[in-house]
Amino acid sequence: MRLDEVEDVEIRLLLEGVQQIYGYDFRDYAAASIKRRLSHWLAESEFATFSQAQARLLRDRGVFESLLRGITVNVTEMFRDPAFFRAVREQVAPFLKTYPFVKIWHAGCATGEEAYSMAILLNEAGMAGRYRIYATDINETVLQKAGEGVMAIKEMQRFTHNYQKAGGTASFADYYTARYDRAILSAALKKDIVFAPHNLAVDGEFGEMNMVLCRNVMIYFKPALKERCLRLFDSSLLPGGFLCLGLKETLERRKMGERYAELLSPLRIYRKRYG
Amino acid sequence: MARNFQAVVIGVSTGGVYALQTLLGQLPADFSLPILIVQHIGPEAGSGLAKLLDERCALRVKEADEQDEILPGTVYLAPPNYHLLVERGGFLALSADPHVSFARPSVDVLFESAAAVFGPHLIGVVLTGANFDGSRGLKTIKQKGGVAIVQDPADAAARQMPLAAMAATAVDYVLALDGMAALLQKLAPGRTAMSHKGRGAR
Repeated sequence: MRLDEVEDVEIRLLLEGVQQIYGYDFRDYAAASIKRRLSHWLAESEFATFSQAQARLLRDRGVFESLLRGITVNVTEMFRDPAFFRAVREQVAPFLKTYPFVKIWHAGCATGEEAYSMAILLNEAGMAGRYRIYATDINETVLQKAGEGVMAIKEMQRFTHNYQKAGGTASFADYYTARYDRAILSAALKKDIVFAPHNLAVDGEFGEMNMVLCRNVMIYFKPALKERCLRLFDSSLLPGGFLCLGLKETLERRKMGERYAELLSPLRIYRKRYG
Repeated sequence: MARNFQAVVIGVSTGGVYALQTLLGQLPADFSLPILIVQHIGPEAGSGLAKLLDERCALRVKEADEQDEILPGTVYLAPPNYHLLVERGGFLALSADPHVSFARPSVDVLFESAAAVFGPHLIGVVLTGANFDGSRGLKTIKQKGGVAIVQDPADAAARQMPLAAMAATAVDYVLALDGMAALLQKLAPGRTAMSHKGRGAR
């Protein structure tokens, strides 16, 4: 048996054990990426092999928590894919503005950069106080970081550039206070975002949403879990609501796709049909 | 050469558009292996390169979509801003994980994940580039029994990437771009029954 195959067996056993002891099921995650993340975690850990880690992992919740943090971290940036945010600003916000109040679910928000981007965008569209963003993630450590709204100052130049490319015209520096090497986002951006834990593999829907964003999260899932997520989003969305996926995710070739019209073709913004 | 190869992976950076046009342009439509490519590219590059290569090559060239089935005689390019990986069972996967070797897409990520799936049945190719991405991945391919091909640094627009790959592992073939299509055809098993070009885009 090749070493690779041994490691594949070890990973399978490890995920099985994690599921049975802690209830988190990562067996529905796409194998190649989770293997990379697990290997990264193992390299940083005190263990030489997954088998060695297994014994401690199953007995020591602290070890499990570190594994959980390691394999569920997604990275993002403010106004990631500026063309997408420009389209939301120009083509979606005008629809949202027709509602007295708008509810948005951002599934897999990671450290919150895109949720804050959405808040900036909606405030600039004149919707301040007329929306709530439910930003969720499986990883409570990143959620806590998201809630703090503190970013590294060295990122802000790139984020400012993204913001401008996304059609932003205000002064981006007005949205944060620089302190030493950190940028503290303004309280006005935080007050309409609720950060909450949510596991797409087991938890339920968020009712009556006008918009659901889940970008570059389902690419890590196997087809069955991906399907579950899409059903969840579909049942959360009101008719006329918007579903936003990552640039390489599509509703094409999916049954659910029939109930959606793609608003802007390469940008993966879909609108749920009425009736 | 009865090695029963199942796939070719190619990593390329600076000077890549010309190199890929040359190499892919010399392969016939019935080339029997799938070809997976990471060309370093800016995050907002769009998918113009896949279209350009598709127009100029006999093989079908497309930008990789998540869960694409890996088909023989088809060329898959990693999309801008995503890593391209190989899943067991003959499918592609994408990832938005952090940059590896300062790149996303990263050659190392593609090579390592392909090596894990294809083992000794993989051909790894490192072409022109001004960095060292791909050297670790090529080493992994060799460790698992695959074949390593590197563009002759003297022939490359940027020699660092080929040199780094040659320093990292014992490379099987070092040759100029012009001989590479012939070598791949020699290594690849018999031709496919039909061309895959013109099939409906998945």
